Amino acid sequence: MKKLINDPESVVSEMVAGFVAAYPKKVKQVPGTNVVVRADAPVQGKVGIVSGGGSGHEPAHGGYVGKGMLDGAVAGEVFTSPTPDQVFEAIKAVDGGKGVLLVIKNYTGDVMNFEMAAELAEVEGIKVEKVIVNDDAAVENSTYTVGKRGIAGTVLVHKIAGALAETGATLEEVAAVANKVVANLSTMGMALSPSTIPAAGKPGFTIDENEMEIGTGIHGEPGIERSEIKTADEVADILLNKVVNQLHLEKNNEVAVMINGLGATPLMELYIVNNRVSSVLKEMDISVRETFIGEYMTSLEMAGCSITLLRLDQQLSELLDAQADTIAFKK
Amino acid sequence: MAFTVDEAKLWLINLNKIYQQEKMYLSELDQAIGDGDHGINMARGFNELNKKLETAEYHTTADLFKDAGMVLLSKVGGASGPLYGTAFIKAGGALKDKEEVTKEELAAALFESLEGLKLRGKARLEDKTMLDVWIPAIEFLQNHPKVDWDEFKKLVKEKMEGTKKLEAKKGRASYLGIRSVGHIDPGAASSYLLFVELARVCEGVGL
Ligand SMILES: Nc1ncnc2c1ncn2[C@@H]1O[C@H](COP(=O)(O)OP(=O)(O)OP(=O)(O)O)[C@@H](O)[C@H]1O
Ligand SMILES: [Mg+2]
Repeated sequence: MKKLINDPESVVSEMVAGFVAAYPKKVKQVPGTNVVVRADAPVQGKVGIVSGGGSGHEPAHGGYVGKGMLDGAVAGEVFTSPTPDQVFEAIKAVDGGKGVLLVIKNYTGDVMNFEMAAELAEVEGIKVEKVIVNDDAAVENSTYTVGKRGIAGTVLVHKIAGALAETGATLEEVAAVANKVVANLSTMGMALSPSTIPAAGKPGFTIDENEMEIGTGIHGEPGIERSEIKTADEVADILLNKVVNQLHLEKNNEVAVMINGLGATPLMELYIVNNRVSSVLKEMDISVRETFIGEYMTSLEMAGCSITLLRLDQQLSELLDAQADTIAFKK
Repeated sequence: MAFTVDEAKLWLINLNKIYQQEKMYLSELDQAIGDGDHGINMARGFNELNKKLETAEYHTTADLFKDAGMVLLSKVGGASGPLYGTAFIKAGGALKDKEEVTKEELAAALFESLEGLKLRGKARLEDKTMLDVWIPAIEFLQNHPKVDWDEFKKLVKEKMEGTKKLEAKKGRASYLGIRSVGHIDPGAASSYLLFVELARVCEGVGL
């Protein structure tokens, strides 16, 4: 393992401290926690939005704390869901009297820890709603399993729910729009190389030079299928096809596109992927309102990418266009 | 002799040693079908618990279990943090202020833990989770007026190994679908260690 760290045990606290030190005008840390909130939190009369999860997905989620997106982000250990006490601290720090929405990626650990935090908050009289993001098209949904994971599309949930919250909407309205995003959101990812959790010291899986994993998540875990390495166009087709089918997209639909790098993929390659994505969508008569390309939700130093589509309607388009001023996402 | 707060403490201190020893093994199991952090999570949480146990004074097993649950809840993280945290908090709640815990009372308390695990995780038998060890273990304790601890250890080992053939339906391993078959569930392995250490302590006091 070769990493620019001091001690595997302290990566998260040192990362949070360095992050907060860089942007004192935008964010502040809740003392004694790995929770980052808006510098002006709690914003009175506005629904607070809290997200979070394991670390290793930077700039998620701390990078999305700011006007028009999140009020607070909770950083767990690397790839490990944060604990209920930390999430509870975040809820308390952002509650401006209109309640708090928790944006949770659909992982057993995250769901349980955030649920326990919500129970603690309700005891304290803070109204809490939860939205579970499950945009990963790689995983089958079934009533007997935990269902699909939450991955890069989560950032668009932050964006749109955050924009509505900024207008003074109620907790129920903000939760409803977040759920609407989730219902119209789909992502599919792939990996060329694995990532290494600092405390584990070795990669989550091994992969040959001539192989790739299709349907990977964002935690260094293997995907649903291993295959021979393919060209960027072929990979784009596989991922896009899955996402388009999942959403049952039709002619004349309008979408937002996110081509997300997993941590070790040059922007150049992401642009190449988008070259294919944009032309295929054009052929299908699906119009693209906006494309986001870059590292939005990473998996440490994994090489690979994910493609996200969000189907838009009037309301979602307006909220997508609204102002946002965070460290990693500006509009 | 009976199970008192001293035995409870000894159990958790021994368990910490085991989790430190088996940290890499548990993480390797989790690398195969999860995200590779289970051993790290357990080692971190129990190390914190151990520190607490070295200084804190408890009068009853119930108090110790409840506090242990709170420490695990806030230090383990992941899926196993809320699960093991809930298990100890529930067991503590069931024991009330008993100073000496009988085998029946211990079994009843662990039954409450199991109920807590089911409620929190919503998993069922054969979903390839820690419940595949917990369910048969608690059944065994409740069904045997006098527990043969060697038999008990054998049983939990078998059940832990039995998760190998299962396809995961809950937790991260479920994302792999059929590819999860052929690997022991990491949570089942950590629960197996928990019950083996419990058996050792119970044997020691002739429970
Ligand atoms: N719903 C559930 N019910 C019971 N046990 C579960 C459930 N989900 C997962 N587990 C157990 O938890 C173990 C994994 O724990 P671990 O500490 O690795 O958390 P994790 O799943 O990686 O959490 P996170 O998703 O936050 O990283 C599994 O091996 C399984 O035994
Ligand atoms: Mg894990």
